[in-house]
Amino acid sequence: MSGRVLVGVKRVIDYAVKIRVKPDHSGVVTEGVKHSMNPFCEIAVEEAVKMKEKKLIKEVVVVSCGPQQVQETIRTALAMGADRGIHVEVLAKDYESLGPLQVSKIMAALAKKEEAQLIILGKQAIDGDCNQTGQMTAALLDWSQGTFASEVTLEGGQVKVVREIDGGLETIKINTPAVLTADLRLNTPRYATLPNIMKAKKKKIANVKPVDLGVELTSKLEVLRVDEPPQRQAGVKVETVDDLVGKLKEAGRI
Amino acid sequence: MLSAARRLLPHVSRVVQHSSVRQEHSLKEVVSAFRSVCGEDGVSTGESVRQQHGKDESVHRCRPPDVVVFPRCVEEVSALAKICNRHNLPIIPFGTGTGLEGGVGALKGGVCFSLRKMDKVLDVHQEDFDVTVEPGVTRKALNSYLRDTGLWFPVDPGADASLCGMAATSASGTNAVHYGTMRENVLNLEVVLADGTIVHTAGKGRRPRKSVAGYNLTNLFVGSEGTLGIITKATLRLYGIPEAVVSAVCSFPSVQAAVDSTVHILQAGVPIARIEFLDDVMIDACNKFSSLSYPVMPTLFLEFHGTENSLNEQVRTTEEITSANGGADFQWALDEETRARLWKARHDAWYAGLALRPGCKAYATDVCVPLSRLPNIIVETKEDLIQNRLTGPIAGHVGDGNFHCLMVLDPDDSDEVQRVHLFTERLARRALALEGTCTGEHGVGLGKRALLREEMGPGAMGVMQSLKETLDPRNLMNPGKVL
Repeated sequence: MSGRVLVGVKRVIDYAVKIRVKPDHSGVVTEGVKHSMNPFCEIAVEEAVKMKEKKLIKEVVVVSCGPQQVQETIRTALAMGADRGIHVEVLAKDYESLGPLQVSKIMAALAKKEEAQLIILGKQAIDGDCNQTGQMTAALLDWSQGTFASEVTLEGGQVKVVREIDGGLETIKINTPAVLTADLRLNTPRYATLPNIMKAKKKKIANVKPVDLGVELTSKLEVLRVDEPPQRQAGVKVETVDDLVGKLKEAGRI
Repeated sequence: MLSAARRLLPHVSRVVQHSSVRQEHSLKEVVSAFRSVCGEDGVSTGESVRQQHGKDESVHRCRPPDVVVFPRCVEEVSALAKICNRHNLPIIPFGTGTGLEGGVGALKGGVCFSLRKMDKVLDVHQEDFDVTVEPGVTRKALNSYLRDTGLWFPVDPGADASLCGMAATSASGTNAVHYGTMRENVLNLEVVLADGTIVHTAGKGRRPRKSVAGYNLTNLFVGSEGTLGIITKATLRLYGIPEAVVSAVCSFPSVQAAVDSTVHILQAGVPIARIEFLDDVMIDACNKFSSLSYPVMPTLFLEFHGTENSLNEQVRTTEEITSANGGADFQWALDEETRARLWKARHDAWYAGLALRPGCKAYATDVCVPLSRLPNIIVETKEDLIQNRLTGPIAGHVGDGNFHCLMVLDPDDSDEVQRVHLFTERLARRALALEGTCTGEHGVGLGKRALLREEMGPGAMGVMQSLKETLDPRNLMNPGKVL
């Protein structure tokens, strides 16, 4: 067992920003907008760092795919306690079409190269909301998967995962190597403190190109159009119950 | 006396009527002038919008303005102020409406300037430890924005208040003993005066850590509660997020023992981050409210910030001190979950106090005295509460000599209202007699103007009056507050 955990992190528009659609409806405005690590990825990093602090694993390697700016996100993960980073360089023009399938292929290739025993990802990114990368990565590798994890316990060569599902909580036991995806209640991520941010500047980030991993980036998906949700209409006040019933009938609701 | 009692009777309302036709005409004119500055949806005369902007979180009743405007930039604020000036209309700046002294009530009607659309964080300078924000940015929003930089803004008055609003009231909070109040942490302000002039109190864009250039205008406006100008930008001092935090709780046989411990801890040079006092009445309320089982005694809640090494030393020194003062049951924790559990009583204090008498309202007193006077004033105050059959659990930032009696009262019981009012006056005068102040952190607002005169004396009041007259000759800036 290598004792190595791979954590994927994504740079997304900060959750507190008000999103605006570009005038040409091709996407959302990202220029000059605050970006930060996807909140579920923060939780994934925290879980890996906690495992290392408990001496259950030996090394946390953090990965991000994208143009130059994603290095900031990798640095944040290093400041939280990851040991080293891998920046998979994807040019801006290719980044537009980079989706879960491409990222999964990259993660699978890296997991093999790094001989990882666990991959921890956020359950989904707050921009795409796809919730696919973890599952696809496990399938490509033919590894077990523990998704929507709200509790993870390493037990020898296995992992006990408590999963958040519609009906409540489901507890499963899976073999390693495995892919886990972090849900909201898995942990509370630590803040990167200044001294750790300083230390992180000295940690290594390796550069890799998708072609070096044998991954082809073409996507079979094309975004046709992006629109804002419809504007909320003003309500209508009525004076009596009869008026209310009348209006509901008019609207074909009853 | 009656008007004083009315201050504590929030439900007795008389709608302030502006009945003259001439005034209605000029209101229409003015509203369309406002709309041409900040757009159609930047002006509201709707009743519920005005009501929302006429009250804060104090017991003072709602005093709605005639109009609410929502400027988007400092140029719009300036243009709007000029219009108000021309028509002699009061100007009331509004941040988040989370104040505790009725500061946003439009006593003479007028125009409320809601600054919430100006909500950008500008210029974070990580290596210089400073940031500039617009008034729509609240402290929690700023700290969330800064989270990846390793920096934070520690002034924490409880509410998620507008930072510029916090500058206007010189907010403080549980962290002040270690990090200071707004007074120590505002480097520069952009202010719009009553006549529309835009002023940069430390020079435009300047942010040195210290300066002796000219009069200290920045700290003139900090704490001026909207009576001298509208704050449209604040440059704030930031601090490193602590590497580790330890929380602790300890109970004491007497108020004296708890406060003595506080004094000794500070004298020992422990850089304690928070040191909060809850009296036995408050602890009892918290036990009932949150099903806890703290011993019902005067209790200190402590928090330490630092590296893991320094924390060990801080906690050890503190435990020795508390134990030497008769403190018992010293518990401490490093992990977040246990810390939250230890401090739960302190966090729920306000609601626990209210729950003592369901259906009642609460008013927090706010005096501050030199540390050495604290045991004296708390003991006398508790006797006063008992003698006058008042419900007033105490919570305090003892590290600053500041404490709050949470007066829980039935607003329909005019006798109780009166007793509470007289009590708060006695308390304020007790603090003044002990070389303290009638307001440690909530401000003068509407209710403490007479006490301010007693506290300051005619000399200082004269200077304040002249400054007000110079900067706001027509008394348009938040009239009826502070002075």
